[in-house]
Amino acid sequence: MSGDHHSHGHSHASHAQHAPGFWRSYVFSVDHKVIGVQYAVTALVFLFIGYSLIMIMRWQLAYPGKEIPLLGELLSKQLYSGFQNLASGGVLLPEGYNALGAMHGTIMVFLGIVPLAVGGFGNYVMPLQIGAPDMAFPRLNMLSYWVFLPGGLIMLASFFLPGGAAQSGWTSYAPLAVINFGQTAWLVGMIFLITSSLLGSINFIVTIAHLRARGLSMYRLPFFVWAQLVTAFLLLLAFPPLEAAGILQLMDRVAGTSFFMPSGLVISGKAAEWTGGGSPLLWQHLFWFLAHPEVYVLILPAMGIVAEVIANNTRKPLWGYRSMVYAAVFLGFMSFIVWAHHMFMTGMSTKMSTFFQATTMIISIPSVIILTALVISLWGGSIRFNTPMLFATAFLPMFAIGGLTGLPLGLTTSDIHLHDTYYVIGHFHYVVAPGTIFAMFAGIYYWFPKVTGRKMSETLGKIHFWPTFICMNLIFFPMLIQGMGGLSRRTYDPQVYEAGQALAATLHKVITHSAYLMAAFQVPFIINFFRSIWAGEKVSQNPWHATTLEWAAPSPPPHGNFVGEPVVYRDPYVYSPVGRSDDYLPQFVGPEV
Amino acid sequence: MLASELLAQWMPINASRHGHQVDNLINVIHVFMAVLFVGWGIFFVYCLTRFRARPGRRANPELISAKGSKYAEIGVAVFEAVLLLGFSMPAWAAYKNDFPDKEKALQVRVVAQQFAWNFHYPGPDGVFGKTDYKYNDETSNPIGLDPSDPAGKDDVVSINNLYVEKDRPVILLLSSKDVIHCFWVPAMRVKQDVVPGMAIPIWFEPVETGEYDITCAQLCGNNHFKMAGRCHVVDRKGFEDWMKRQKLTVEPIDAEEDFRE
Amino acid sequence: MEMSIPYQYKAHPVTGIPNGKFAMWLFLASEVMLFGALFSSYVMLRYNAPEWPHGYTLLNVPLATVNTMVLITSSVSMVMAWAQLKMGNFARGRMYLWVTVLLACGFLVVKYFEYSHKFHLGIYPSKSTFYAVYFTMTGLHGLHVVGGIIAIAYLAGPGASLWHRNPDFYANRVENTGLYWHFVDLVWIFLFPSLYLI
Repeated sequence: MSGDHHSHGHSHASHAQHAPGFWRSYVFSVDHKVIGVQYAVTALVFLFIGYSLIMIMRWQLAYPGKEIPLLGELLSKQLYSGFQNLASGGVLLPEGYNALGAMHGTIMVFLGIVPLAVGGFGNYVMPLQIGAPDMAFPRLNMLSYWVFLPGGLIMLASFFLPGGAAQSGWTSYAPLAVINFGQTAWLVGMIFLITSSLLGSINFIVTIAHLRARGLSMYRLPFFVWAQLVTAFLLLLAFPPLEAAGILQLMDRVAGTSFFMPSGLVISGKAAEWTGGGSPLLWQHLFWFLAHPEVYVLILPAMGIVAEVIANNTRKPLWGYRSMVYAAVFLGFMSFIVWAHHMFMTGMSTKMSTFFQATTMIISIPSVIILTALVISLWGGSIRFNTPMLFATAFLPMFAIGGLTGLPLGLTTSDIHLHDTYYVIGHFHYVVAPGTIFAMFAGIYYWFPKVTGRKMSETLGKIHFWPTFICMNLIFFPMLIQGMGGLSRRTYDPQVYEAGQALAATLHKVITHSAYLMAAFQVPFIINFFRSIWAGEKVSQNPWHATTLEWAAPSPPPHGNFVGEPVVYRDPYVYSPVGRSDDYLPQFVGPEV
Repeated sequence: MLASELLAQWMPINASRHGHQVDNLINVIHVFMAVLFVGWGIFFVYCLTRFRARPGRRANPELISAKGSKYAEIGVAVFEAVLLLGFSMPAWAAYKNDFPDKEKALQVRVVAQQFAWNFHYPGPDGVFGKTDYKYNDETSNPIGLDPSDPAGKDDVVSINNLYVEKDRPVILLLSSKDVIHCFWVPAMRVKQDVVPGMAIPIWFEPVETGEYDITCAQLCGNNHFKMAGRCHVVDRKGFEDWMKRQKLTVEPIDAEEDFRE
Repeated sequence: MEMSIPYQYKAHPVTGIPNGKFAMWLFLASEVMLFGALFSSYVMLRYNAPEWPHGYTLLNVPLATVNTMVLITSSVSMVMAWAQLKMGNFARGRMYLWVTVLLACGFLVVKYFEYSHKFHLGIYPSKSTFYAVYFTMTGLHGLHVVGGIIAIAYLAGPGASLWHRNPDFYANRVENTGLYWHFVDLVWIFLFPSLYLI
């Protein structure tokens, strides 16, 4: 594909001598497709790293105090004097466990899912789906990736700092996070990641608003684009308070201020050096103000992908498209006023908790609407069960379990028992793991032909899907039971308490071995992915017989995306139209055909 | 209900007077969740089987009527409102506001720290001695009792072991010396974050004798996982015997000594 | 890029503004959330504090008043720059841009004196929550002023070559930077009374 030229503001004839080098084409490219692939590949690597961290932790949970096979010695190595290693004598240390836990959460959420769902899929697919030649600000797009990557590398580098990586949970509650190791690097990394997000979200909104093809009104947009639009607004408006909080926590750590440090602290027998006057709850409010909209950032693009794949493989229009759009927008608004349901146990007044319980109950409605609409979309279809569709349909019951288990957590009285237990871990993992990640897989299998011009193997895809689906449930359903039994989360040795013995201990072994098995079954996916890039079955421009605009571009699309100006003539999901022999009529095919 | 029995076998024993309200809500919600999941699930599986692609069969592009799902959605919203207004709010309000009579209740101050629970009893005079962090000494005076306060002379400090009386309400005043902890007694269905800089009261009434875990439910550092306490519910005689056996565990220290060194 | 992105400097028919202006408004929305979070934190800390000093007892109000005037004037000069450019007077417009940069630097110089006076007396952000709030909020604002100076100086200096290739595009960039600059001014207008006067 041809590279970029400096922006001139008016078009030139193409410059014959401007042959773009390797660096301009593949590394510092301003083409949204290259940037999208960069984001996606980087994110997949981070997801792999984040998963490896939890596999180490899972050993300790299933076999507390036992040496970790294969990696135990490596993790016990003292890299330099003063280095705090993760393990000792091959056994994971509590501080190591906490570091792995905090970084697993951080990496999966901020370095894995969001860059893949938004930076990867959003960047690559959205401009194609709206018929744009690129994003509104291609150079800003490139900048956002190159701010994201250092942020991620800083996060990883923190493992090699003297005190180790951040160990206070991805939630970084003060005062613990202010006095604990590894946190400064975490905060600096977060500032990079937040900045990258902000740059990206501005780009997405302007692009969707201004660069749609002729005839593409808002209600003709694929649901995927609506989902990305709402997501961009969430990132734009919710991240800054966390950036502010990060600055304040950085000041507490580095400049000795007391934003989050109350007076009179005694730490390990010594009076704390902060002057006091601060509030630990202030951190929690600022953090959760972002972190709740953040979870909708994790799920909305996934719903968008699932909607696309379901419409395509049922050969029917989506049911309730308008309701889904309104629900997504409403969800976005509501997500800003539920945050304190993460703080029910902090001692808040009944007035405040009533408000947040009410908003939490209300926010379940749009989620139910979207899920129900997707399920009803199956009715009357002619369902093809290719690999993307397997993942997309599996998403539905998995997200249902995740969403439903949020209900007892969202009501204070039931939350008394379930807060900070494994029930919470089971709840949110159901939504993100067999939820969002399944949608990500669906998206990869579905759009792979557009990116490469080749299909991934269906056989390997099914070998990937079925064991992964079963393992996901073996991993996360037992956690709901463990939480019900009173097992606390973030617990290095679960057997200290009654709740962690007997049934819970057995379940920990089940979970751990299922997690290892699931890791093994990602190998067919990795093989499939790489092999298909070079040796996959070559396919036409629109192998899935889909109706949305991205399939009007060649596979892969050239710089500038479309041959000729794309024009949109109809709604996004005209499948099985009456009176036509084809079972689909794309948006971009003229009425005279 | 069968569902409530199913959950009960996985939940810890309930040993407090108000605990059944928590359990009731959990049970009712899970029945509701199961109904929704099974309902969706049946429709879902039906669609996947009935509407599989078959040669010669085309999808029907018409969208089915919204009436059924609209009523279902309204039903869901109404039921959630019932859960909120009928179950959660009354129980929570009682839990937060209906504190027992201070005369009758046993009052204990709980001072959490990395990584232990300090339980401060007022002793026979029923008055808590004054505390200040400048008197803190990790081994001899972990709660910083003011040695010059006469009310503190009969106070009892128990580390990690909370003794309470069966059928007598307990009021706990929670505070922390260092970071956020969370006081949780699963068997009593009480859980409360312990936030430094705040003094937060909670209450419960134990109705079964026995020994129950006290767990820290908020990550507080490396030994968070073993910040374990035991809640001992004994009868009146057992409690008085235990109190008599406690010596004053706090040695007076020189208040002018600068303990920062 | 050889493909051109639509609406780079022409107004979009529906929103009525070009891409860059829309982007700037969105960015400013995120900045409102950023400073809003800091102001909310200030309110929460001050409301819950048993005592909190009045800003005028600890900070130099006359100096800050001068700074407020300087910043407001710089906003005016920024508008003048854009107006001149819209009227086609490149030299005048550029001059006003440099005036803005000068005034902004003046703001920073005054801030330098304020801060160094405090440091001289051993007063750092760690001294009390009042000073923590003061230094952090004015410091972050100061960083935004630095960002503005860099952007405006770029437009007045090396970036001015765009005028000759596409005057509309250039004027738009100046206008958008002006929006940012007015925002920075507005934040100070909130900071000044809330930190210094009450």
